[in-house]
Amino acid sequence: MNPNISMEEDTLKVQLYGEIDHHAAKNIREMTDTFIQQNHPRQVKLDFSHVSFMDSSGIGLIMGRYRMMSLCGGTLRVVNVPESLRKMMTLSGLDALQIIERRELPYDHS
Amino acid sequence: MTIRNEMNLSFESRSCNEGFARSAVGAFVAQMDPTVGELNELRTAVSEAVTNCVVHAYRNTIGIIRINVKLTADNTVIVRIHDSGVGIEDIRQAMEPLYTTAPAEERAGLGFAVMQSFADSVHVRSKPLKGTTVTLRKTFSRRLSHG
Repeated sequence: MNPNISMEEDTLKVQLYGEIDHHAAKNIREMTDTFIQQNHPRQVKLDFSHVSFMDSSGIGLIMGRYRMMSLCGGTLRVVNVPESLRKMMTLSGLDALQIIERRELPYDHS
Repeated sequence: MTIRNEMNLSFESRSCNEGFARSAVGAFVAQMDPTVGELNELRTAVSEAVTNCVVHAYRNTIGIIRINVKLTADNTVIVRIHDSGVGIEDIRQAMEPLYTTAPAEERAGLGFAVMQSFADSVHVRSKPLKGTTVTLRKTFSRRLSHG
C-alpha cells in the first residue's frame, strides 16, 4: 500500500501501511525521496504505527533515509514502532542510532 | 522424524511474489497452532530467503523458486527454499552480517542474520551456476490444548 506523505512545517511525515518487504520498499523509497528532494525538510518522520510486517528491507529503507538526511544536516525519526517489529529493529543495530521511538515523543523545537 | 503433512509451491521470482510466498507458508503452518510471534518470525525468515532468490539468485532475470514445507510430529516445521540461479561462491562470506553485493538497492546485508535469529537453524547448500537451497527449521512451543 502506498505511504501517506505530508509536509507539516519543516517535517516530512511518512505514514507507512501494511507489509514492508523488498517489493514494497522500492515504491516507498521512490515516493519518499521525491518528496525530500522537492521540499527539503529539516526532519523526516517515518511512522510505523500501521505496519503489520517488516523484513530486513525495512531496515535498508530506514538506513538509506538516515544517510540521506544526515548528509544534508537534517534528522530522521522512526516513530510508533509496534512490538512485533522490535526484534528486527534491535537485531539491525538501529537502536544504537537512537532514532527509534516506541511511541511518538513530543518534538523538541529548541 | 515423522512427517505429518507436506506441501510444495513453485512460482516465478517476481518481487510481487515475496508476499505470496510468506503468506502461503504461514497459512499452511497455521494448523500447528503456533503463537502469533512464532508465525511472524517464520514468515520473516521465509521472506528473507525468497528475497535473496529474487535479488541475487535470479538477478536481471526471472526464474523458478521452489518451496517445500514439512510439518513433523514433534511440532517442528522444515522449510526448504530452492532456486536454480547463480549460486553463492563463498557461503560463509554471504552469511556475514552487513555483507551485501547489492548496496545500491539498499540491501542491508542482514538477510541471513535475520534467518538465523528468527529460525532455530539455517542450513545453506549452494553451487555456483547451479543454484542454492536454504533450509529453515523452527520448533513451535507446545501450547495447552483447549478445554
